[in-house]
Amino acid sequence: MSGSFYFPIVGHHDNPGFEIEFLPAEKVESKHDHHHFNQSIAHAALGLVDANRWLCNNMHLKTVDKFNEWFVSVLATADHVKFITLHDVRQDHGIKNLFSDVYELYIKLAMNLFYKPYSPIGSSTFDIKVQFLGKKHLLS
Amino acid sequence: MSRPGNRRPECHKINRDLFVLTYGALVAQLCKDYEKDEDVNNYLDKMGYGIGIRLVEDFLARSCVKKCHSYSEIADLIAQVAFKMYLGITPSVTRNESSRNEFSLILDKNPLVEFVEELPAGRSSLCYCNLLCGVIRGALEMIHLTADVTFLQDRLKGDKVTEIGITFLKKLEEKKCRRKK
Repeated sequence: MSGSFYFPIVGHHDNPGFEIEFLPAEKVESKHDHHHFNQSIAHAALGLVDANRWLCNNMHLKTVDKFNEWFVSVLATADHVKFITLHDVRQDHGIKNLFSDVYELYIKLAMNLFYKPYSPIGSSTFDIKVQFLGKKHLLS
Repeated sequence: MSRPGNRRPECHKINRDLFVLTYGALVAQLCKDYEKDEDVNNYLDKMGYGIGIRLVEDFLARSCVKKCHSYSEIADLIAQVAFKMYLGITPSVTRNESSRNEFSLILDKNPLVEFVEELPAGRSSLCYCNLLCGVIRGALEMIHLTADVTFLQDRLKGDKVTEIGITFLKKLEEKKCRRKK
């Protein structure tokens, strides 16, 4: 059974950089109802991320928080950029792969000198690639 | 005091990422300084010109090329020796059939744009690598050839390939005639 995933990227100053949802085909209609809800869960988890990052040796913090049926998994980079996934089914392997691939994409974007660091990511190519990666690692 | 014939000129190498990022920082700063794309393009061309008039000395010393007798030999030399020496790529040369002095360099890979996926918003007519046009123009001018060098196609603007057009403006034959007199 494939679950729903909400994937924001939060910048150095806890500012939103990017967000995308991966929903299985039957749940697409309810996207807009839970958007604010997902944002507030992710935001609430940021405090736990900062606490946990010092306890973990690598960037992948696995699941840091749980709210009702939602799990919050995080990859926190050394410069405080957080890749967060809210998911209602445990899919650690897929999420870990997604984080690695999106992190690689993010590094390439960060090397573009026209991209202001930690600013919102407006690039459509980035969006398309993340959508593809989400479908590949989470929804298949 | 002349240079011994068998000494190989030293080839200094630097980290490729550092070079690409330095160039990107240059273009990004010019974009902040100038609002109009034409101004940025002109400035890149001028900077390239300043590099080209100096670089040609280094190129001629290191490559030990023989005298060229036609524009087509010069275009081949720029693509196969100069680009290879300084950027590590070998663009292919095509010639405009209708005109004897118009050539194009088609760049398959352009290391300078490695981290740039697309031009930033509001900068759609920016020629990101216009420095290269200035370099070629300056280098040719130092060997007494004037040329018009521009980007005809650019992958960053959505075209399929990146193409630099070189149009030689003075004829070599005229100069030869003058010398014979």
